[in-house]
Amino acid sequence: MSSKTVNQNAWWLVLPVFIMVAFNALIPLMTVVNYSVQESFGNNEFFWSGTIWFEQLLEDDQFRSSLLRQISFTSIVLFIQVPLGLGIALCMPRKGPWVSVCLVLMALPLLVPWNVVGSMWNIMALPDIGLLGKGLNALGIPFNYTRQPISAWFTVVLMDVWHWTSLVVLLCYAGLVSIPDAYYQAAKVDGAKPWAVFRFIQLPKLKHVLTIAILLRFMDSFMIYTEVIVLTGGGPGSATKFLSIDLVQKALGGFDLGPAAAMSIVYFLIILLTSWLFYTLMMRNEAQ
Amino acid sequence: MAKITLQNLRHSYNPEPKGEEDYALKRMSLDWADGGAYALLGPSGCGKTTLLNLISGLLIPTEGQILFDGRDISNTTPERRNIAQVFQFPVIYDTMTVYDNLAFPLRNRGMGEAEVDKRVREIAEMLDLSRTLQNRASGLTADGKQKISLGRGLVRSDVNVIMFDEPLTVIDPHLKWQLRSKLKELHQRIRRTMIYVTHDQTEALTFADQVVVMNNGEVVQTGTPIDLFERPMHTFVGHFIGSPGMNVMPCEVKGGQATFAGHSVQTVNARNYKGKGQKLEIGVRPEFVSFAKTGIPVDIVKVADAGRYRIVETRAANSSIKLLVPDGDHIPVGKTHLAFDATRTQIYENGWMVGVRP
Amino acid sequence: MTKRSLVPIVYIIFLMLPIYWLLNMSFKTTNEILGGFTAFPHQFTLDSYHTILTDPTWYMAYVHSLIYVCLNTVFSLAVALPAAYAFSRYRFLGDKHLFFWLLSNRMAPPAVFVLPFVQLYSAVGLFDTHIAVALAHTLFNIPLAVWILEGFMSGVPKELDETAYVDGYSFPHFFFRIFIPTVSAGIGVAAFFCFMFSWVEMLLAKNLTSVAAKPIVAAMTKTASASGYELGLLAAAGVLTLIPGAIVVYFVRNYIAKGFALGRV
Repeated sequence: MSSKTVNQNAWWLVLPVFIMVAFNALIPLMTVVNYSVQESFGNNEFFWSGTIWFEQLLEDDQFRSSLLRQISFTSIVLFIQVPLGLGIALCMPRKGPWVSVCLVLMALPLLVPWNVVGSMWNIMALPDIGLLGKGLNALGIPFNYTRQPISAWFTVVLMDVWHWTSLVVLLCYAGLVSIPDAYYQAAKVDGAKPWAVFRFIQLPKLKHVLTIAILLRFMDSFMIYTEVIVLTGGGPGSATKFLSIDLVQKALGGFDLGPAAAMSIVYFLIILLTSWLFYTLMMRNEAQ
Repeated sequence: MAKITLQNLRHSYNPEPKGEEDYALKRMSLDWADGGAYALLGPSGCGKTTLLNLISGLLIPTEGQILFDGRDISNTTPERRNIAQVFQFPVIYDTMTVYDNLAFPLRNRGMGEAEVDKRVREIAEMLDLSRTLQNRASGLTADGKQKISLGRGLVRSDVNVIMFDEPLTVIDPHLKWQLRSKLKELHQRIRRTMIYVTHDQTEALTFADQVVVMNNGEVVQTGTPIDLFERPMHTFVGHFIGSPGMNVMPCEVKGGQATFAGHSVQTVNARNYKGKGQKLEIGVRPEFVSFAKTGIPVDIVKVADAGRYRIVETRAANSSIKLLVPDGDHIPVGKTHLAFDATRTQIYENGWMVGVRP
Repeated sequence: MTKRSLVPIVYIIFLMLPIYWLLNMSFKTTNEILGGFTAFPHQFTLDSYHTILTDPTWYMAYVHSLIYVCLNTVFSLAVALPAAYAFSRYRFLGDKHLFFWLLSNRMAPPAVFVLPFVQLYSAVGLFDTHIAVALAHTLFNIPLAVWILEGFMSGVPKELDETAYVDGYSFPHFFFRIFIPTVSAGIGVAAFFCFMFSWVEMLLAKNLTSVAAKPIVAAMTKTASASGYELGLLAAAGVLTLIPGAIVVYFVRNYIAKGFALGRV
């Protein structure tokens, strides 16, 4: 960091990015902020409405329940994917011809269009002709994701585990292979047990990639839309109606631009603040 | 503490070695006395780290045995061998304090806390780490970290051998000297067998009582620093040790008399040559070459000033011969003659000193 | 050791099951699908693929998708490269704030941007064009590309730049002739991530297009809802969307682990 030279002309190099992102981010954000404090009765006439949409939003039961669902969903997938991904990465071979094959196969779900992920699990979970649905029913477990909220949640979580655990695996694997052999050798010589190797060598060295993995998984699972809308459409009822689904219904379906805009802002802020808090906490630990 | 014996040891990274070239370590037998300070010296890739990892148990030898005090430990795990190893790059446990780092090998072996505390403080005192015991180990400088690695080796009283794998690579030059003298001092205090792997001749020659020189996976010579200098058993040792290295020129030997470029040369061992017509060479160190009125005629090519003496490069019959001339001595210009010290001039056959190997 | 390697194997089998099921469905006739559960196609057919590859509304949707994905990758890299260089080499007024502001856009839910994007791109006359989708996706891809490239570029010693300047290279000459080839691995990884995100995203791609640039992700949802339950066709379309991803991941297979490791916050 300290070796960088001060050069204000570097702004010219950053300018294209700045213009492009500003065009894409600032104008829409201003539109949203604008809507969130105004009321419209059609005909492009707007009136100042102050913070009324925000107040309404905080009182809104629908928003509260979709927020609660969102938080539950994100927590569940984080609790499953992070330990599972770490565990799989730890079991991966370090070298050899199979590593490449494993990595390619594992990366595959990350490259499937999100709606296809939804369709795929839709077909998998069909109670009559799907491998998962038919299989569960054959085992005597009543399963119908279009009728039972529990089945729907189970399918959505399983789908997300299928879709994104590989990201955690790849990040952790990258972190693991960058630990020099000497650490493992020193641990052997020092007589460390496998648990001590994990606790005192692997975990500390993986802290950085784990931070990134948790951040990315938090952000992306908090924004989930396409996979769920294709799979369950937010149903049955509104059992799997997460924040994005709620928001898109408000913004595109109805014409309540004000409430939708207010919700957008709150939504974005929740992600920003949580990510920022988590990141600073992790990095503060580092500094100590 | 133990005497280390290597018996017909051989190692290949290839699970099914076919020829001799598949072996990273060629067959060798060696004895290392208890409490000695040894250096393993050789260029990168000569197999010295392989040998080290075989002794520490990180590798299992393809063939042969390793004995500690006569007990075969070739197939036991590193922790059962009771050895310590310091690596090229400092290995520390980032999340622990300096104290916990030093205590780690003891606690892993289930030692009581009171005993651990006593040992850790004793070692910290020895290594000047007492003041930083409660600091996070990750905040230390490279030499501080390397001291911790070293401390983790020293802290156990039962280690058979402490091994150093080029431990000073990442240390600043002025601290290298300090750490090296610290090591030497520690060895004299605790008298434990130490093996120091390096490619730096200064480090090897100053640290060790006995230096093992390796090249291409085999041991070319074992001896004191003086032996290596005065009686290189192989032209490789002559080249590798000393600055500049030994002069090596092609020669002929007939009837126990060596001739170089048509001039007969007195040597130590020409009479031992049995005459099989193999590649023959004369080796003489620049320190043992001088100007003379008669002898081998040469052209002076270059004179380089190296402080207290000058290195003169000469040429005779397509071979370059270097000699050292003390500062202030007269150096002739153009053509002159050279004389070799007969007691320090050896004949080599296929690289090996004549009379050493059949 | 063998016990351990069982874990990745079981995981990979789990990953492959839905893909197998999708393939299975795509090779079945509609009758067989509706007839009941079969673990493999009894009446193997390529009809679904035939329909997709001969019907322009289907295959053109793939073309549209590929066009905006490639456009997006080019746009993102073209502006991210100089910016990443600036961040990795210089300090300038507001550099840290700018960097974090860029990254914060990666945290914006696409759902928040749908409506304003539709309005914005309609206002500038870009609605239902490939450029609109490509530009919209840069909002998420540029921060990522800058971040990944900055990581790779920081790993290149500054002496490389200095030597080139001493040797009399001008900045553009140095940048294109020397620097870009040096960080080509990083560019590959960044391109992989841009391609990946743009290829898999649906919400924005669907809502920013209607007919002229309708992407495959939109075609699939519209077909599925319009013509009832054509599972075979849907499955075949899905299988075909896996191919570009599989090709791309195959090319970057050696950089995957490295690319993830160098990404740093």
